[in-house]
Amino acid sequence: MRHWLSVFFVGGAIAYRGLFNWIRPAMYIPTMLGSPLFQLIFFTKLGQYAHAEARDFYIVGNSVQVCAMSSVYGMTMAVANERWFGTLGPLLASPANRAAVFLGRGVPVLANGLLVSLFTFLAGVVLLGFRPGLGTVPALALIVVVTVLSCTAFGMLLGSIGLRAKDFFFAANLAYFLMLLFCGVNIPLDVLPGWMSAVSRCLPLTHGIAAAREVAQGASLGHVSGLVLTELGIAAAYALAGLMLFRVLERESRRSAVLDAY
Amino acid sequence: MRALRLVKSGFTMNLKMVGTSSFFLVTSIVQPIIFATVAFYMFRSGGRSGTLLYASLGAGMMGVWSTTLFGSGGMIQWQRWQGTLELGAAAPPSLALVYLPFSLANAFTGMYAMAATLVWGRLVFGVPLHFVHPWLFVLSLPATVIGLGLMGLVLASTFILYRYANALSNLLEYPVWIASGLVFSTSLLPEWTRPISWALPPYWGIVAIRHAALGGAVWAPLGMVVLLGAASLALSTLTFRWFETAARNRATLSLT
Repeated sequence: MRHWLSVFFVGGAIAYRGLFNWIRPAMYIPTMLGSPLFQLIFFTKLGQYAHAEARDFYIVGNSVQVCAMSSVYGMTMAVANERWFGTLGPLLASPANRAAVFLGRGVPVLANGLLVSLFTFLAGVVLLGFRPGLGTVPALALIVVVTVLSCTAFGMLLGSIGLRAKDFFFAANLAYFLMLLFCGVNIPLDVLPGWMSAVSRCLPLTHGIAAAREVAQGASLGHVSGLVLTELGIAAAYALAGLMLFRVLERESRRSAVLDAY
Repeated sequence: MRALRLVKSGFTMNLKMVGTSSFFLVTSIVQPIIFATVAFYMFRSGGRSGTLLYASLGAGMMGVWSTTLFGSGGMIQWQRWQGTLELGAAAPPSLALVYLPFSLANAFTGMYAMAATLVWGRLVFGVPLHFVHPWLFVLSLPATVIGLGLMGLVLASTFILYRYANALSNLLEYPVWIASGLVFSTSLLPEWTRPISWALPPYWGIVAIRHAALGGAVWAPLGMVVLLGAASLALSTLTFRWFETAARNRATLSLT
């Protein structure tokens, strides 16, 4: 068990440090903080111009969604870069427990996603006048943690695809932008066509953002517990799917001798 | 004549290179379509469905800017990775002339974005494609694209010294969309941002394109696009020379 925990925590942290390309301040600040900040301003102003929803709708939606910068890109890099840097073979030759290797990489990604979301919420407070009641902050924080968790689990699934796909950034970019469209970040779900709302209900973020919006408007945590539990269930489903896909692709890559091939 | 041949071959080669890149496929086609769809739904839910062509044009221009930005940012970095930056620097033509066709090709690829958002808007959202001044639209679009390409050249020159060019590219995408008022009016922004907007070719470009499509004066903003494009070309000639000299002096040209 101690070995498992060591691989999970220490291995995850080392892998993140080595494989996450944007960890240097010169990359991190413009990409992980600057870009979400301007995304927040862009969609809030666009919403204001379109007379669509109240300002807080966009602030909460985008502040939660930007965690995907870490979850989608970070998790994709933390898995797929093993192949790019040529370390996948030695990693998979080791006897380390695969669940610890795979899931452990999500811990720093989760922490980073929380940081990015927190920063964007603070930017909303300072620059755009977002004023949730102080009493709502603990519930809002809990919802953000659950949502970032589910988004990280989704990133695990995408990262697994990177074990075989040639251009894993293509999938990561596509996923990030589609989340903006499908997950109710800037468009209420009832405005979307039925099939798009149905898809959005199977994705991370959707229920978390809906819960965060209600809590920011003064609803209690108990009132949105159904949404939060659904988001948690989605997190578990994606984490399991990601782990299973990782195992399947590992086995297939060994069988067809394409582990490090491009 | 030699310069024209250089521009032609550089333009063709880079067009082929970016045409096979899935990253550019996302940036120049998929991303603008997604942003156009988000804008369409937001405008519809706000009861501004009469402005869907406005959103379509704006989302298309967002794609032109993204392609120019990432193309210009990536241009120097990719040359570094491929080991061809030194060859370009050592070649007899100036570095600005070597990279001018690359930047123009990147911006030209961005035109796919405009085509994609207009076709998408027409087919999926039934946006009517009735342009008030069709010939001026045909003139404004390439003029704006060239203006953006020349602005991209200035950016590319700064990336000679900066190793993390892609970080700056990631940062600069949204601010230029915001300051240029591509999908919303800049009157929503604080007063102090006005001079920033006026200095940006995409600001005048979208005004010219929008006026050509929806009605309004086209020649004045188009003139500003040409003026700022010429200024960008002149500035890039200087900055390429300065930054190339600085990189040579510090021996950092090929450092990744």
